[in-house]
Amino acid sequence: MALTGLLLIGFLLMHMFGNFKMFLGEEAFNHYAGWLKGETPDGGILYPILPAGAFIWVFRTVLVAAVLLHVYSALTLWQRAKAATPSSYQAKRTLSQTYSARTMRWGGVILAGVLIFHLAQFTVHSALTAGSFGATYADSPYKMFVGEFQQWWMVALYAIWMATVAMHVRHGFWSAFATLGANTSPKAQTVLNACAWAAAILLYIGFIFAPVAVLFGWIH
Amino acid sequence: MNITLRVWRQANAASQGRMVTYQVQDVSEDMSFLEMLDLLNEDLTVKGEEPVAFDHDCREGICGMCGVVINGTAHGRGNSPVATTTCQLHMRSFSDGAVIDVEPWRAGSFPVIKDLVVNRSAFDRIIQAGGFVSVSTGAAPEAHANAVSKLKADRAFDAATCIGCGACVAACPNHSGMLFAAAKITHLAMLPQGQPERPLRIKKMVAAHDEEGFGGCTNIGECAAVCPKEIPLDVIGQLNRDLLASLFKRDGK
Amino acid sequence: MATTSKTLPGADFFTLGAEIADTKAPAGPIEKKWSQRKFGAKLVNPANRRKMTVIIVGTGLAGGAAAASLGEAGYNVLNFCYQDSPRRAHSIAAQGGINAAKNYRNDNDSVYRLFYDTVKGGDYRARETNVYRLAEISANIIDQCVAQGVPFAREYSGLLDNRSFGGVQVQRTFYARGQTGQQLLIGAYQALERQVAAGTVKNYTRNEMLEVIVADGRARGIVTRDLVTGEIETYLGDAVVLATGGYGNVFYLSTNAMGSNVTAAWRAHRKGAYMANPCYTQIHPTCIPVHGDSQSKLTLMSESLRNDGRIWVPKRVEDCDKDPRDIAEEDRDYYLERIYPSFGNLVPRDIASRQAKNMCDEGRGVGPAVKEFDHDGNEVHVRRGVYLDFAEAIERLGKDEVAARYGNLFDMYAQITGEKPYEAPMRIYPAVHYVMGGLWVDYDLMSSIQGLYVAGEANFSDHGANRLGASALMQGLGDGYFVLPNTINDYLADSAKFDKIDESHPAVVEALADVKGRVEKLLAIQGTRSVDSFHKELGHIMWEYCGMERTEEGLQIAIAKIDKLNEEFWSNVKVTGVNEDFNQALEKAGRVADFIELGRLLCVDALHRRESCGGHFRAESQTEEGEALRDDDQFLYAAAWEYTGEGAKPVLHKEPLVYEAIELKQRSYK
Repeated sequence: MALTGLLLIGFLLMHMFGNFKMFLGEEAFNHYAGWLKGETPDGGILYPILPAGAFIWVFRTVLVAAVLLHVYSALTLWQRAKAATPSSYQAKRTLSQTYSARTMRWGGVILAGVLIFHLAQFTVHSALTAGSFGATYADSPYKMFVGEFQQWWMVALYAIWMATVAMHVRHGFWSAFATLGANTSPKAQTVLNACAWAAAILLYIGFIFAPVAVLFGWIH
Repeated sequence: MNITLRVWRQANAASQGRMVTYQVQDVSEDMSFLEMLDLLNEDLTVKGEEPVAFDHDCREGICGMCGVVINGTAHGRGNSPVATTTCQLHMRSFSDGAVIDVEPWRAGSFPVIKDLVVNRSAFDRIIQAGGFVSVSTGAAPEAHANAVSKLKADRAFDAATCIGCGACVAACPNHSGMLFAAAKITHLAMLPQGQPERPLRIKKMVAAHDEEGFGGCTNIGECAAVCPKEIPLDVIGQLNRDLLASLFKRDGK
Repeated sequence: MATTSKTLPGADFFTLGAEIADTKAPAGPIEKKWSQRKFGAKLVNPANRRKMTVIIVGTGLAGGAAAASLGEAGYNVLNFCYQDSPRRAHSIAAQGGINAAKNYRNDNDSVYRLFYDTVKGGDYRARETNVYRLAEISANIIDQCVAQGVPFAREYSGLLDNRSFGGVQVQRTFYARGQTGQQLLIGAYQALERQVAAGTVKNYTRNEMLEVIVADGRARGIVTRDLVTGEIETYLGDAVVLATGGYGNVFYLSTNAMGSNVTAAWRAHRKGAYMANPCYTQIHPTCIPVHGDSQSKLTLMSESLRNDGRIWVPKRVEDCDKDPRDIAEEDRDYYLERIYPSFGNLVPRDIASRQAKNMCDEGRGVGPAVKEFDHDGNEVHVRRGVYLDFAEAIERLGKDEVAARYGNLFDMYAQITGEKPYEAPMRIYPAVHYVMGGLWVDYDLMSSIQGLYVAGEANFSDHGANRLGASALMQGLGDGYFVLPNTINDYLADSAKFDKIDESHPAVVEALADVKGRVEKLLAIQGTRSVDSFHKELGHIMWEYCGMERTEEGLQIAIAKIDKLNEEFWSNVKVTGVNEDFNQALEKAGRVADFIELGRLLCVDALHRRESCGGHFRAESQTEEGEALRDDDQFLYAAAWEYTGEGAKPVLHKEPLVYEAIELKQRSYK
């Protein structure tokens, strides 16, 4: 749970920095997208250590494995908790549970659902809502990005989705480090929770920045 | 003051339970919560009804025998800044005419025996798995043979104050027993006497914990929030750290 | 020399039997006795040990330590407790500390000094040989506990801290904050669970011993009731150990746990084990007072509070309802400082307790009035509390310093009473705390029944008429870890020669039938009064007539009242439910029935001992200043009582106390 979660948070940070290339213009962004896939003239990322175009598949495999392991661990924990709960309290009050912690499981399910849509939209290109890749967007990921996020409701959808991601990260970040044994004093607990908040806020702002910029026409 | 109690009544482990409402009259605010239950039971006995079964013994907050969920929080701590056991909760915490829900610990590893009484023997079995230092009587070296630095001794003590009441399990949304197991692991991990068996102890205790059917820890913190002895959440961090370290250590090394 | 031809006081209530002597302590110098006894004891080959079964009742410091140690030695141990886990035994509630003659402070401490202090503290009514042995093994106890991981208080050097305790002049008390008992018990519990895992000890929790099986003169087993299913079962073995704690709950209100009871000990007494010195009860002066009729137990606060707190009551009865802060200095009676100008608030426990009672009897007590009954049975309301005032200490030392010294006690007081101890004086009142009396045992801790051993507070051996602070933990662990495992082998070595016993043995059948019959009888009465109401009434009688101050007249009244109460109990008690269930009313009923019988014997013992010693104060035997006056000519003996049947007079066996290593002196507080 912790290891895969941290890996995915790492991916999110990388993805977020990649998105910032939107502010550098169409060429930079498209080059970056192509570079990841090994479609650039220099052979792309990690060439010649890996053959051109191989990295993206290794990367995708690792991510998919991480997601699957993460889900498997979550389901196991969920199952164990259910098995350990014979009946529920007539009256129950929580004292220290945060909203993030309480919504990890169902929040995770919702989050995964939107993730599938996101992949269908921007990776597979089968769920594009404002045009189609190759025709409307002329093989340009940059144009696709701009086109999709010029729709206000798409920005709203992603704003909500990113909120669930940020909440998931808020508890997940702290919990992962606690599980890995970093929380061994009250001070560590304070620091880890502060870092978790920082990571969650950073991801939220970082991801929502480019779509909002598109919506307001700062990127076009 | 007069109190309306809604108490969980369950004849035995096999039967269905339900909440039953009772009126308790003439409750003094100086009474402890358990003395209020005594009052109810005296009333029920004289009427020929069966009194409410509940566990209790020392009534000074140290034996760990008592423990019920009161108005949704273990030991009825609620928002109070003062940690408490059920026996140390006093009726002055409630207002006249209050309606109070009383339920047993609910966890698969703590099956209900009757009414508010549950079976917590799973905790004993976790200790049996390795919550000790293997030193037989007579085999001890001179007490001053090992110095223990003050801060480690204090941390060991903080963890060792666990009374094994089970509130942590009752409050945990996952019904995990990690705070209990971690308290013992941290207690012994801080002391030189606990070192030789440290890696093996944690593997065995965590395995026993899981085998007893407790849920997994997801670092929520409800356990520490209701712990009457204020065992800190970071003992679980210590457990996790030791568990990871033990994976890279041969048993007995 | 102890027996005189004079008729003993209270002779209507008992008959005099033959003197007894402890025959197991070898002759020779006191410091050699224990090693000689160990050498002289018969041994059991390690290979044979697993064939021998030892039944241990109780899982406190004595029982838990004994079960763990005998399990480690290889015996097959069956260990019983009424709680849901061995870790809950009431040893856990001990606060202060544990004594040991380590002399880590280089302040002239020694085994001999610990021995001397304990005998003197016990007002020369303890058995010299046992006390010396206890002092001798005290240092080993600390070693053992530290090795188990007991987190004793340490200094920055990493070495163990010591403090002084209970008025002795050396620093020999080891402690773990205010939770020493808890930490020691958890240590013993862990050792015990280790043996459970190893398969040498089998734990039976939520099981109450209701009878001891004595076959051919030997204790061979017990009858228990499974408190969850109600099943009444027998367990057989080669020896039985009772480590079932004290009977302070005979007073109903005490600092004992609610479940602490005398049943195991009393059942053994009825089967032939002598009960020794039952009247020696310790009453602790600084407890949180009773708040009303519904009070179920009392909580102790460390008596260290008397170091800086001043104790007083209003001079005038009409001031007793006032806010204490509004009572002018000249209207306060600092009675201990007035009566004992040289000792003031630091007079010994028994005096502080007795004077608090006197003040309240005069009507000058403070706090809520509690319902009581006077000698004629009329309901009266008496305030039972005196002020313990820190106003002057706070002014002198500052609030922070007072908080540093006593903060946890102030917090405890605030939580229980809802009052603010830093702003207004606390209220305290004495409460029953510990019993020095118990089943009679010899040097090997064997009772007067062959093969029945008694350890810890349940036996009578080490504290005489008064126990020193921080000595109870020492005795419990000493008995369990070091004494019993080195003496029981002497008896078990012959176990091959014991008669064979199984479920069909007449003694087993009879014991089982007795227990079942008694349970049925209790359930069949179906009267109108709850068990608790009888227990409370017994407590009132005991506290009123056999509490801090005892008189011939009062004790006779008490005996008559107890006889009446006993009769009413067996005709009018209401026990709800059935046997085949988790039935707490039934559990309590059996315990209270035994408390009633014990209460009577306690009063008879108190009546016959017309001297004051330690925790036993007879108004007829005091000095002009009101201090306890011993009568060594007549009472230099331990009184061991033999049961002779329901309604029959008990037989008094005297065990003369011989002091060879210590000179007998009148205890003086000057």
